[in-house]
Amino acid sequence: MKGKDQLWKLFTSTLFLSAFTFGGGYVIITLMKKKFVDELHWIDEDEMLDLVAIAQSAPGAIAVNGAIVIGYKLAGMIGMFITVIATILPPFIIISFISVCYSTLKDNIIIALLLEGMQVGVAVVIVNVVLGMGKDVIEKKERLGIIIMIIAFILAYFFHVNVIFIILACITLGIVKSAFHLRRHL
Amino acid sequence: MIYLQLFLSFLKIGLFSFGGGYATLPLIQTEIVTNNAWLSMSEFMDLITISQMTPGPIAINSATFVGIKIAGPLGAIVATLGCILPSCIIVSLLAYFYLKYRKLSTIQDILWTLRPAVVAMIASAGVGILLTAFFGSETSISISSFKLEMAVIFIFGFVVLKKFKCDPVFVMLLCGVCHVGLYYGMQLI
Repeated sequence: MKGKDQLWKLFTSTLFLSAFTFGGGYVIITLMKKKFVDELHWIDEDEMLDLVAIAQSAPGAIAVNGAIVIGYKLAGMIGMFITVIATILPPFIIISFISVCYSTLKDNIIIALLLEGMQVGVAVVIVNVVLGMGKDVIEKKERLGIIIMIIAFILAYFFHVNVIFIILACITLGIVKSAFHLRRHL
Repeated sequence: MIYLQLFLSFLKIGLFSFGGGYATLPLIQTEIVTNNAWLSMSEFMDLITISQMTPGPIAINSATFVGIKIAGPLGAIVATLGCILPSCIIVSLLAYFYLKYRKLSTIQDILWTLRPAVVAMIASAGVGILLTAFFGSETSISISSFKLEMAVIFIFGFVVLKKFKCDPVFVMLLCGVCHVGLYYGMQLI
């Protein structure tokens, strides 16, 4: 992917997502998945999950890391540069603006209601995407995958285990699994 | 020199904030309130509120907010760059190795075990967001704090998204507008 039109599309899509994505890194990751996997078909589903895992494994904001990894995958260093700029530009402009007129905005009831309602909208989108992805894992009918998904959910949601430890545990499990495969081949 | 100090402080934040979101708050607070006294504690609380009502990661928002306050627009740019530089280097390296070696069978096995976990972690964030939307916060779940209008908007939004396959951002804005409309509609009755 190197065409000027596609790079422009990459920039505008990322800019748009970044400007309207309230509520944390996973929300923008979910929207990127909807945009780049479901709509534009630039990345396939499994690959997207790999990219999210990479974004989570590195330090820094997940939204920025997600943008970097997607940009890099689609168009190398130029792609990364484009998606990073597109991701940080909207918050940069908005915060610069708000730092000037914060007190007026804070007490405005319509803005408060709008934001609260948009949070429900965020929930709609993320539930929709999670249901789709969860269904994919279950439909593959691989027992280990389903077990990993359930245990990881319990650890992350109920026990607030840091994502880093979950990722490290999965990597270890993957290495063990691989070692078993090799032994079977010998 | 203030620009260098801003750059280095936010470089530290970018480099040591694992897990994202609220996990990074203590680190940001130590760096900008305790160590450098760039913001007072109440200004820091304002910053968190602003971050909640605007798009963008909290680390980036803090970099812009603190940078502007301490050293103007150039300060904001320097702080933001410091904040994202570690990500750019580490993530692009990981992406490079991923694209190069993903065909290896060991890497295949590792990725295979990682994928369901990634789905689970996104689901975990999703449940948190859903409960916060319905009950006001994730920790105060009871029948009395259940917001019926939110559930109505949720179902409406879900149907719109499923049926018309429209842009997710449009659904979010629509839900926001619905909430404003419901509030004023209820007042009329």
